[in-house]
Amino acid sequence: MAEFLQQTVNGLSLGAIYALIALGYTMVYGVLRFINFAHADVFMAGAFLGYFLARLVPAESFGGGLAVMAGTMVGCALLGILIERLAYRPLRRGPTLNVLITAIGVSLFLEYAGQLGFGAEPRTFPALFPQRDFNLGGLSISSNQLLVIGVAVALLVALQAIVHRTRIGTAMRALSLNPVAAQLMGINTDVVISFTFGLGSALAGAGGILYAMNYPSIDPLMGVMPGLKAFVAAVLGGIGNIRGAALGGLILGLAETFVAGSPWSTYKDAIVFGILIVILLFRPAGLLGKPAVEKV
Amino acid sequence: MPFAFRHPFWLLMVASLLALRAAGQEPLKVGEVASLTGKEGTFGQSSHKGTLLAVEKLNAGGGLLGRKIELVTEDNQSKQGESATATRKLISRDKVIAVLGEVASSRSLEMAPLAQAAHVPMISPSSTNPKVTAIGDYIFRVCFIDPFQGTVMAKFARDTLHLRRVAVLDSVSSAYSVGLAKYFKAGFAAGGGTIALEQKYSEGDKDFKAQLTVIKAAGVDGIFVPGYYTEAALICRQARQLGLDYPIFGGDGWEGSPLLEIGGKAVEGIYYSTHYSPENQAPAVQAFVRDFQARFGGEIPDAMAALGYDSAMVLADAVRRAGTTEGDKVRDALAATKDYPGVTGSTTIDAQRNASKAAAIFTVQDGKFKFVESIAP
Repeated sequence: MAEFLQQTVNGLSLGAIYALIALGYTMVYGVLRFINFAHADVFMAGAFLGYFLARLVPAESFGGGLAVMAGTMVGCALLGILIERLAYRPLRRGPTLNVLITAIGVSLFLEYAGQLGFGAEPRTFPALFPQRDFNLGGLSISSNQLLVIGVAVALLVALQAIVHRTRIGTAMRALSLNPVAAQLMGINTDVVISFTFGLGSALAGAGGILYAMNYPSIDPLMGVMPGLKAFVAAVLGGIGNIRGAALGGLILGLAETFVAGSPWSTYKDAIVFGILIVILLFRPAGLLGKPAVEKV
Repeated sequence: MPFAFRHPFWLLMVASLLALRAAGQEPLKVGEVASLTGKEGTFGQSSHKGTLLAVEKLNAGGGLLGRKIELVTEDNQSKQGESATATRKLISRDKVIAVLGEVASSRSLEMAPLAQAAHVPMISPSSTNPKVTAIGDYIFRVCFIDPFQGTVMAKFARDTLHLRRVAVLDSVSSAYSVGLAKYFKAGFAAGGGTIALEQKYSEGDKDFKAQLTVIKAAGVDGIFVPGYYTEAALICRQARQLGLDYPIFGGDGWEGSPLLEIGGKAVEGIYYSTHYSPENQAPAVQAFVRDFQARFGGEIPDAMAALGYDSAMVLADAVRRAGTTEGDKVRDALAATKDYPGVTGSTTIDAQRNASKAAAIFTVQDGKFKFVESIAP
């Protein structure tokens, strides 16, 4: 039983990080109908930004950690807005495929610019927050794991509030339903799209820091695997759906942890992705996604 | 104005080419494939520095067969597939006389079939998986192999650490890890120990809590992790976090400063086996450590650097004895290498083109690597 609970905690904290990254994929997809493959590299940039900002604050202090987290989120938001402005906006009227290929280009650009700038050697991420390990009758939970889960839940709630309770959120939803009609109703689509990218990238930045705190070796290619898994999580939950992305992340994190801790750990990724294929066979639009009729 | 005077650059190029031709001084090209960047960047850098030092030393002493040596280095970024591309380029475009590399067995296994097919001798400095040299008779190595390393660690775990029930956590996607795990398990079980369970991870994984939780529940008194330093450091950290306080130990893949940086307090008291100790007082070792420190700003050479150095020196020794750079003659000379006094010990190439040498056991104490003991074959 203790083992089961321990694996659940492990899986939840891993899933929370996937969920945070998945939210960025899903938001951009919801508004613009394209997959921003550079998202995983904004996540990497977040970890590195945190790495450098952490030198400016006292180590292992709660205030310092929060300041680094806030600074990184702002920095990543700006990076996301910049990427959209320079790479995607000029192509907005072109076919979606062009933007998709550009996104892959931006992703590779960030990865290799990162190798050039930061070096390809893994670096050690500092301890940002004071750390403690709690031991509850054989169950060990670290403060980092609790923090990851806590921050993920808080950001998810905040995101839901922004999308459903604010004017800009209403504009985002309008744009997602019908971009042309939204523009006719007086919505400044450029501003809304920039905001969407900024918000998604800020979440990726927070995800980068949380990931680096738990697995403190960071390198410019660190975003590739978590990015891929988060993308799958977003599809699993129903891409374009915020709650779906969170649910997908948690399912993926739990599935991965339980398979890794079983005798079949050799086939971890194969089994996890196999589960996804089965789910998508029965629910092609994802768990919470609504099937959309493609009008031709 | 004639073309050449308007373009002094071209004039210079032509002149220098002619000068080279005239003197017959085209350098001998030796290829090197190394992971200078990426996940195992520390290995590649160390190995490359050792090889570079050897080449510079050879050139300072007049080169080989009266010609200078040019080291052509290709970086494979620690990625799958890149080593094959790099080797193909070295053989077909640069026409190298031999290929040196790689550290990781999986990547040496990519290179070996190409070198074998082209009949270009290849020397791996530090790939320990037995399969590497089994690819063909042009493939050599200057380090010990995993059956030996696995047995040494099994013996050490049993006799020195007094472990009876051990868990193994190895990587499914690394030939090195799978091989070393296999020989450790055989050796440990043969000595009466129990392998309680084996858990797996993949290269590049960062979360090992699931596997470690299962190991914790199985109740063992030690964990053998035959992997590379980045994963090893993360595994130690997460194991300590989960409250596993028994010995964790591994092989030569652990040696690298990132183990200490990433692992921090969690890697205190770990053990691993490796190829040489800079604390060895043999004159050859001390001279190498001195030269290395003078060349690379005081850095103390690790085992990968020493093996990188030995790989180039063993090649030079063979070329000298062959008196030519023809692939098959150099191959024969390499195969006949006997008692070559290398930095990592006396090197004799056996019938399987492997070297047999002693292993050194290290631990971490107060944030530094510390030599424990040497175990002879």
